[in-house]
Amino acid sequence: MGRVLPTLRKQGSPLASGAAQRDLLARTPLPRSFADALRSSDLYPLRPTTIEILQINVGKRCNQTCRHCHVDAGPDRVEEMPRPVLEACLSFLERARIPTLDITGGAPELHPDFREVVARAAALGAHVTHRCNLTAILLPNYADIPALLAARRVEVIASLPYYQARQTDAQRGEGVFEASIVGLRRLNALGYGKGTGLVLNLVTNPVGTYLPGSQAALERDWKRELQRRHDIEFDHLYTITNMPISRFLAFLEEQGRTEEYLTRLVNAYNPRAAAGVMCRNTLSVGWDGTLYDCDFNQMLELPVSAAVPRTIFDAERAALESRDIEIGPHCFGCTAGAGSSCGGAVAVSSAATVPG
Amino acid sequence: MPDRPHYYHHHDLPRFGEIERGARELAKKFFDWYGAVFSEGALTTREKSLIALAVAHAVQCPYCIDAYSRDALEKGSNLEQMTEAVHVAAAIRGGSSLVHGVQMLNHVDELGM
Repeated sequence: MGRVLPTLRKQGSPLASGAAQRDLLARTPLPRSFADALRSSDLYPLRPTTIEILQINVGKRCNQTCRHCHVDAGPDRVEEMPRPVLEACLSFLERARIPTLDITGGAPELHPDFREVVARAAALGAHVTHRCNLTAILLPNYADIPALLAARRVEVIASLPYYQARQTDAQRGEGVFEASIVGLRRLNALGYGKGTGLVLNLVTNPVGTYLPGSQAALERDWKRELQRRHDIEFDHLYTITNMPISRFLAFLEEQGRTEEYLTRLVNAYNPRAAAGVMCRNTLSVGWDGTLYDCDFNQMLELPVSAAVPRTIFDAERAALESRDIEIGPHCFGCTAGAGSSCGGAVAVSSAATVPG
Repeated sequence: MPDRPHYYHHHDLPRFGEIERGARELAKKFFDWYGAVFSEGALTTREKSLIALAVAHAVQCPYCIDAYSRDALEKGSNLEQMTEAVHVAAAIRGGSSLVHGVQMLNHVDELGM
């Protein structure tokens, strides 16, 4: 693969700080606040339904530096979930009987204990999902990962913004598309995405400052084109809106389009998407064990309400399920159009483009 | 009317709905029909978006070009497909001029010896 861009942290960018990002978002004039939008839908204060997914961010190290990355992940990041936090996560998963463990990062497989975490979570009977960038599994010393995932029936959720190289490489780095196709072929060869029960889902983020279209329609195109061009199969396509956080926020600032993009998100607010946002059924754990309402709040350094336990060491399901979810302007990213979450669109969009 | 530096303004596009001020019922009929036209049918929404992009160029509507360049990307089209759609519009516009050359030939044949 080609040259890897420096992270915001390495560049010394002020936007490497979650507080600076929150401040910038708060200063951006918008038609209405997210709280007002929720009030208009009788959803304020936003509360969880039930915790169905424990999403653990095992670290920020990644072999790529995608331009839209909300984690500011990259090869120079050293944050890594230490052993006691991993143990506490597995303990909570078992104790609270959470059905799904969602492992994210960075590139999660670069964590030295990734294999063990997958094996132990699967042994507990949890459904395990792995956020895969499709290229880390090609690195030396990680070639065994796909077979391990298959053996434990892990659901793979892999990033591929477009079915062509130019768009994919523009977002994820030169040469990433070609490498991703190799990664997808390896997964297909193991039975992933082939109707064997080994689930391979793809994720697309728009390669630019526009919103994703209909998930069902895009999925049809992606399936047809990946089959036709590369003989690759997968199960579902998830559309995820680019969040105005971290590197995508820095990109918006460079373009002078932060207010325009946020306004577009605000104007595309969909109450049905708001009712289905992922923070209502997900608990997010940071690499250091801090609890968050979602991975986006995590990167903005906005932990769960101070009224409930704030670390995985003292997590208690009932208390966490009664919390008020922390919100901000960035939340419009999860409620625009058909909505967006780590599981893709959450509603059918009613928005129609009018001219023109 | 205040002096405006440009005739078209991108911030006027979101104000399209204000057209109802003079004829509410007609606007409602138009926007309902418009929505129905662009919903999924025998053609996909992506195909309709590309047609709209081509027509936008044929009629040279700045608002429509703005809206459907974005919409085509959102619907999953790529630059190659969008460019080909614009070429289709350009070919029809160019061809519609050129094919009238047959009229010219008719006149030449009638008027000549």
